Amino acid sequence: MNSEVRPGTKVVLGIITAFIAVWLIAPMFIVFPLSFTDDASFQFPPRAWSTRWYESFFTNPQWTDALRNSAIIGTLVAIIAATLGTITALAINRSKSRLSGTVQAIMLTPLIIPPIIAGAGIYTFFLKTDLVGTIFGFVLVHVTLALPLVVIAVNASLSGYDRSLELAAASLGAGRLTTFVTVTVPLILPGILAGVVFAFVTSFDEVIVAQFMVSPALQTLPMMMYTSVTRTTDPTIAAAAALVLGAVLLAFGLYQFVVVPLTRRSRGRTSV
Amino acid sequence: MTKEAILDLQGLSKSYDDSIAVDNIDLSILPGEFLTFLGPSGSGKTTTLNLIAGFVEPTAGSMLLNGAPLEKMPAHERNLGVVFQHYALFPHMTVTDNVAYPLKQRKFTAAKRAEAVRDVLKMVRLEKYASRYPAQLSGGQQQRVALARAIVYRPPILLMDEPLGALDKKLREWLQMELRRIHRELGSTFIYVTHDQEEALTLSDRIAVFNEGRIEQIGTGKELYDEPNTLFVGKFIGESSVFEGSMTDGRFHAGGKEYWGSGTVRDGPAALLVRPEKLSISDEAGSTLPEDLTNWVIGEIEDIVFVGSGMKYTVNTAIGGAVAHVPAERAVDTHIGDHVRVAWHPQDAKLLPA
Repeated sequence: MNSEVRPGTKVVLGIITAFIAVWLIAPMFIVFPLSFTDDASFQFPPRAWSTRWYESFFTNPQWTDALRNSAIIGTLVAIIAATLGTITALAINRSKSRLSGTVQAIMLTPLIIPPIIAGAGIYTFFLKTDLVGTIFGFVLVHVTLALPLVVIAVNASLSGYDRSLELAAASLGAGRLTTFVTVTVPLILPGILAGVVFAFVTSFDEVIVAQFMVSPALQTLPMMMYTSVTRTTDPTIAAAAALVLGAVLLAFGLYQFVVVPLTRRSRGRTSV
Repeated sequence: MTKEAILDLQGLSKSYDDSIAVDNIDLSILPGEFLTFLGPSGSGKTTTLNLIAGFVEPTAGSMLLNGAPLEKMPAHERNLGVVFQHYALFPHMTVTDNVAYPLKQRKFTAAKRAEAVRDVLKMVRLEKYASRYPAQLSGGQQQRVALARAIVYRPPILLMDEPLGALDKKLREWLQMELRRIHRELGSTFIYVTHDQEEALTLSDRIAVFNEGRIEQIGTGKELYDEPNTLFVGKFIGESSVFEGSMTDGRFHAGGKEYWGSGTVRDGPAALLVRPEKLSISDEAGSTLPEDLTNWVIGEIEDIVFVGSGMKYTVNTAIGGAVAHVPAERAVDTHIGDHVRVAWHPQDAKLLPA
């Protein structure tokens, strides 16, 4: 089959692709100019520029507390979910049991169950156990939500992983733990790091289940933004949104432009 | 043999749910020898190697390395070297780091590691590639790195599982020579798995022929070629003509004619095995043959191939296919489709149970 694309078609395809890309992304990026407005409204384009909403954000303890809480929860979720998810993916990948397929399906259910239902269920349970409004409770819930994403990411990196490398390591004198640390982990690291990014982002912008979990004492950043946008037209939220988006973009950028090229350099097998 | 075995396999067996991979193998491996496990795929040769390496647990039997039991010891404590068919180099490590890996496990100092790596890379002629990653090397270079990694800590036995199987013919032949040289330089014991009989003959001091989980015969290449114990070994090592018939009252008959051969076989189905260079070709009357060639059969020429040193004839006879390798000076003027007499001396024929 002839897979060459004619130059004319190429131009048309390029225009359509660019249009869709702008269509999808532009509304997101509008928060950056908006956050630097001098007005106390969401007027676009802004008539004058200032950093007053960032000042407002960083001087208001409600916003800074929420940011700190979200950062703590997100970091804990990323670490715990990545660890548990990696172990789970390895277990599913290596188990010879017929149950491993079922286990995998169960692992992925948090992706399928609507968060509002999960949230309601978790709320009734957490009320009884006094976990509502605690960092521990948030981490617990967000780990549940993030776990399937880690499992999927690590599983994907395991599919290209050659297990005879473990036999080789054993024959060379490395025990199981040494083999895991020196061979297995470095080779599936891209998957684990992708899982870390997914888990952090999942927690950092989670707003639905969080609605059931927040208390006056413990707010997360997305919840503060949600409350702010529904009750006021304070552009501080634009500054907050720009910070969240910036953090998320930084996380993905690090993965895409640092982790992936690093692993590609040493891997990428010659044709066999 | 008088020499003490370095590795003794006794009644070694491995069975899976519905099949027997290795069936009660007894084998003594001598120090310093190059022993090849030769057999078709599924004959148990690789499983036996994996049992020795510790990658698979035996169902029954024992293994003694220098007299000490091996079968309960985990793979990483056995201190054997293994070379895999698909190299199994660590892709995230350079050549140097790959080769230094076993030395790190053995707590060599950095200086000793560097020295050992340099020496072994010199031995496999890859000094210039020390800082490359495996993906930046050709298949032959990768396999030499794998070999260096498996010998750098001087294991008493090196196990190799079809290490040249993924390489092209020319490279394979060159690496066979390299392996012979390295075996001589190291003086350690090599156990080599292959399905390629030519490779086995080139490399080995002794060959163990595997079939259906058992060792059919073990011996030097010459012993296996000249004195096969079974039809399987005769057919697997080198080319041969096999004439099928049966033994009755201690006499071998095929196609209504009696033939003679060396070896004793019980009554029942039997076969006569003759090597290609022992067969002569003539016209139907046998007019160009010496009179003492009493064993002969008539057949039709299926193919004639010029093989440099002579002609190779493929002849269909009523009692089986014959392959004759005739030196150029004794070649006869015949054509495909001609009927010819294929003849041999009784002492050149081997009588085997079929």
